[in-house]
Amino acid sequence: MSVIELADISKKFGKFTALDAVSFNVEEGEVFGFIGPNGAGKTTTLRILLGMIQATSGEAKIFGKDVWDEAIAIHKRIAYVPGDINLWDNLTGGEVIDFFLKMQGAYPSTKKEAMMKRFDFDPSKKCKNYSKGNKQKVALIAAFSSDADLYIFDEPTSGLDPLMEKVFQESVHELKRNGKSVLLSSHILSEVESLCDKVCIIREGRVIESGTLSDMRHLTRSTVRLSTRKEINDLSEWIGVHDVKKENDEWIFLIDSDKWNSFITRVSGFDVEKIESHPPTLEDLFMRHYQDDGGDLDG
Amino acid sequence: MGKLFSKQTSILTRFIFKREWVKMIIWIGSIVGVTVAVAAAFTGLYSSEAERQGIAQTMDNPAMTAMLGPSVAIEDYTFGAMFSHEMLLFTAITVAIMNILMINRLTRLEEEENRLEIIQSLPVERNTYLFTSLLLAFGLNSALALLTSGSIGILNIESMDWNGSLLYGVTLGATGFLFACLTAVFAQISPSSRGTLGLSFFTLGFFYLLRAIGDVTAEWLSLLSPLGWVTRTETYVENKWLPILLIAIISLLFLFISFWLHAKRDMQDGFLPERKGRIEASSLLHHPLVFIFRLQRVTIFSWLIGLFILGVTYGSVLGELETFFESNDLLKELLTPDPEFSLVEQFLGILMSVIAIIGSIPPIMIMNRLYKEEKIGRNEWILTHNINRTKLFLSYLSLAIIVAVLSIFFSIIGLWIASVGLSTDPLGLDTLILSGFVYLPAMTVMLGLATLIIAFKPNILNSIWMYLSFSFIVVYLGSLLQFDDWLLALSPYGNIPKVPVEEISYSYLAILVGLSLLLYVVSLLQYQRRDLKG
Repeated sequence: MSVIELADISKKFGKFTALDAVSFNVEEGEVFGFIGPNGAGKTTTLRILLGMIQATSGEAKIFGKDVWDEAIAIHKRIAYVPGDINLWDNLTGGEVIDFFLKMQGAYPSTKKEAMMKRFDFDPSKKCKNYSKGNKQKVALIAAFSSDADLYIFDEPTSGLDPLMEKVFQESVHELKRNGKSVLLSSHILSEVESLCDKVCIIREGRVIESGTLSDMRHLTRSTVRLSTRKEINDLSEWIGVHDVKKENDEWIFLIDSDKWNSFITRVSGFDVEKIESHPPTLEDLFMRHYQDDGGDLDG
Repeated sequence: MGKLFSKQTSILTRFIFKREWVKMIIWIGSIVGVTVAVAAAFTGLYSSEAERQGIAQTMDNPAMTAMLGPSVAIEDYTFGAMFSHEMLLFTAITVAIMNILMINRLTRLEEEENRLEIIQSLPVERNTYLFTSLLLAFGLNSALALLTSGSIGILNIESMDWNGSLLYGVTLGATGFLFACLTAVFAQISPSSRGTLGLSFFTLGFFYLLRAIGDVTAEWLSLLSPLGWVTRTETYVENKWLPILLIAIISLLFLFISFWLHAKRDMQDGFLPERKGRIEASSLLHHPLVFIFRLQRVTIFSWLIGLFILGVTYGSVLGELETFFESNDLLKELLTPDPEFSLVEQFLGILMSVIAIIGSIPPIMIMNRLYKEEKIGRNEWILTHNINRTKLFLSYLSLAIIVAVLSIFFSIIGLWIASVGLSTDPLGLDTLILSGFVYLPAMTVMLGLATLIIAFKPNILNSIWMYLSFSFIVVYLGSLLQFDDWLLALSPYGNIPKVPVEEISYSYLAILVGLSLLLYVVSLLQYQRRDLKG
C-alpha cells in the first residue's frame, strides 16, 4: 500500500513555478530519500504534504487521505522534523518535547527517557541557550518518542555531530524494522545512500530521477581503474567506454553498465594486471545530472 | 473552518500562556497601577470644586481637545469627568499598543520564524493557532477591563460610581480587543511581521489624527475613528454604552475577515507583494553607517513622515486655537498671565514636549537594533570583517543622533507649513526651531540610557520603553496638573524650558549634553570589553 501518493503536483508562486508536475509514491515500510540542490522545491513539496500550502494543481495523498482537506486525520499519524528550527526562547527543551507529545496525544511517552539518553540531551535548559544541533535534538526526540506511522524529516542532521548523526541513522533503522515509513529529505548523500530504499532526485521543481539505488546505478556508468601488461592504444574508441584518462600507467575511465560483457571479452586479450571498478555513489549520480545539464549547481 | 474548541485548543492555550504570562502581568500591572495612582492623586490635588473648575477652563480649548478628545462636562468638571477626559484616550492607546505587539508576536512573528510550521504539523486545525491567539487576547483584555474597573471602583471616589468605572474598564478592554483583531487582519495581509507592525501602528496613528482633526473641526471624521468612539462613551458623565456595542461589532467583523483571509492564503505568504531587490550593493553600501541605514530605512522614513503629519496636525490645531482665543474674552484674561505671548506660543512648549518624546522612539529603535543584531548572531559575523566594535557602535549611535535631529526637524516643518497656511499671524520658523531643538539634549540623554542598557544589561533592553512611557506620563500629566519641579526632573524632558515663554537655561542644556556624552563614552568602553551575546 502507498503511504504517500503524489500525482502531478504543481505549485506556482505568482508567475514563478516552484513545482512542475511532481509525482512519486512512498510505500509502507519504506525509507524514501528526497534529494536535490538548494531551491529545487524539496521544502515546498514537504509543505504541501503537511497541508501548510495548497498545490496549484495535482493530487497529494497520505494514508489515502487528501493532504489539504484531511490534514488533521493525517497529522495524528505523522511526525515531522523541520530543517530550520526555531524554538520558544523562554521554555525549556523538556517543556517543548512534552508539548509536542501532548498535542499528538502521545503523552506520556514510554520512549521519551530512552530517546533523551540516546541523543545525550539535557532537557532542563531554556531553548534560547541551545545550539543548532541541540534544537534539532528537541524536534528529533519528540518525533522518535511519538507513535507515528509516517516520519517526515527535512534535513534533520544538518546541525548534528557525526556521533549524533549515527544515533539518528540507528533510530531510523529501528523505525524501519518496526514497519514504519520514512520520508527523508537530505543533503548528506552518504546518509541517504545508507538509509534509503528508494531515492527521488528533484531539480528546478521537476523529478529528474526516481527509483531504487540499484536501478539508478544500472542506468549509469561505473568508474574503472585498469592496468595491463600489453599496451592499449585505442581505449577511447571501445564501445561503451567514456572519459578516458591516464594516471601513472593506470587507465581511469567510465563504462556503460550494459557494455561490461563486450569490454571484458576484449580486455582479456591485453594481459590484465589489475582491474577495479566501483559503482557510482549517489554523489556521482547527483553530480552527473548537473554536469549533463550544464553544471549549474545552484539549480 | 474546523472545530475551534478541542483538546488541542486547550493544550495550545496553556502553552502560549506559559510563554506570555510574564509580559501580560507586566503590561496589565503597569496600566492598572498608573490608572489607580492617577485616580488617587486627583482627589488630593483638586479637592475643591473651584480648583477643578479652574482646570476645566484651561482644558476647554481646541489644542486640548485635539490631544484628549472633547470635554463634555466643562460646566461641572467632577473628578470622574476630569479623570475620563484626561486619562481614557491615552490609556486606550496604550492598551491598543499592547494588543498590537502581542498579536504580531503570537501570529506573524511565530510564522516568520518557522515555529508555527512545527505546530501546524501536529494534529491541529489550520485556524486553531490564530483562534487561540485571539482567545488569549480576549482573556487578557477582559482581565484588564475587570481589574481596572474593580480597582477604580474600590477607591470609592465621589462622582466615580461603579457604573462609570465598569464602563471605563470595558472601554479599555474593548478597544484593546478591537486592535487585536485589526492586527490579526494585517498579519494575514502583510508578508512579514515588520510589515504587520508597520500597518498596525500606522493605522493607530491615523485613527488618532483623524479623531484629533474631527474633534476640532468636523465631528463626522471622529465618528469614523474607533478612538473617536472611545471618548464618546462620556464615562462618568453620561455613561453611554452604545460606542462599546459599535466597537464589539467592528471587532467581530475584523475577526471574521482575519479568519477568512487566513483560510485563503498559504503559510509564510501575504496579500501584499514583496518587491525584488537589487542584485548588487550600491557603491555607498561600504560604510557601516550606510549599511545600518539601509537595514532600517523603511522604518526611518515611515517615522519621519509620521512626525511630519503629527506636526501638520498640531499646526492646524494651533490655527484653530487662535480663532477660539480671539472670540473669548474671559479666557483671554484667565489664561494670559503674560501678555507678551500669545496663547499659541504658550501651548507651543507643551506640544514640543510631546513631539520630542514621540520623536525619541525612532532613535532608540535604531540603537536597540545593535543588540537585536547581536542576539541573532549577525554582529559576530560582521565583526569578523574589517570593522571593530567601536566603529560599529559609533555607526549606530551616529545614525540614531542624525534621526533624532531629523525627527524634530520634520515635525517643525509640518507645524510651520500648517501654521503659515492657516493662520493670519503664523509662528516664526526661528521660534519653532528654537522651541523644538531645546529638546534635543533630552533626547540624547534618553539615547544615552539606551546605550547604557545595551552595554551593561542588554537582557532588559525593553525597560528603556518603560522609562520613555514613564517620561511621557510625567510630562503629559505634569503639564496638565502643574507638577512640582522635582517630579518633572525624574524625566529628562520634564524641565526643558518651554520656548518662547520661558527663558532658555543654557547651563541646564549644557549639563544634559555633557551627561549624554558621558553616557556614550561609558557605554562604548563597556561595549568594547563585554562578551558578545548570541
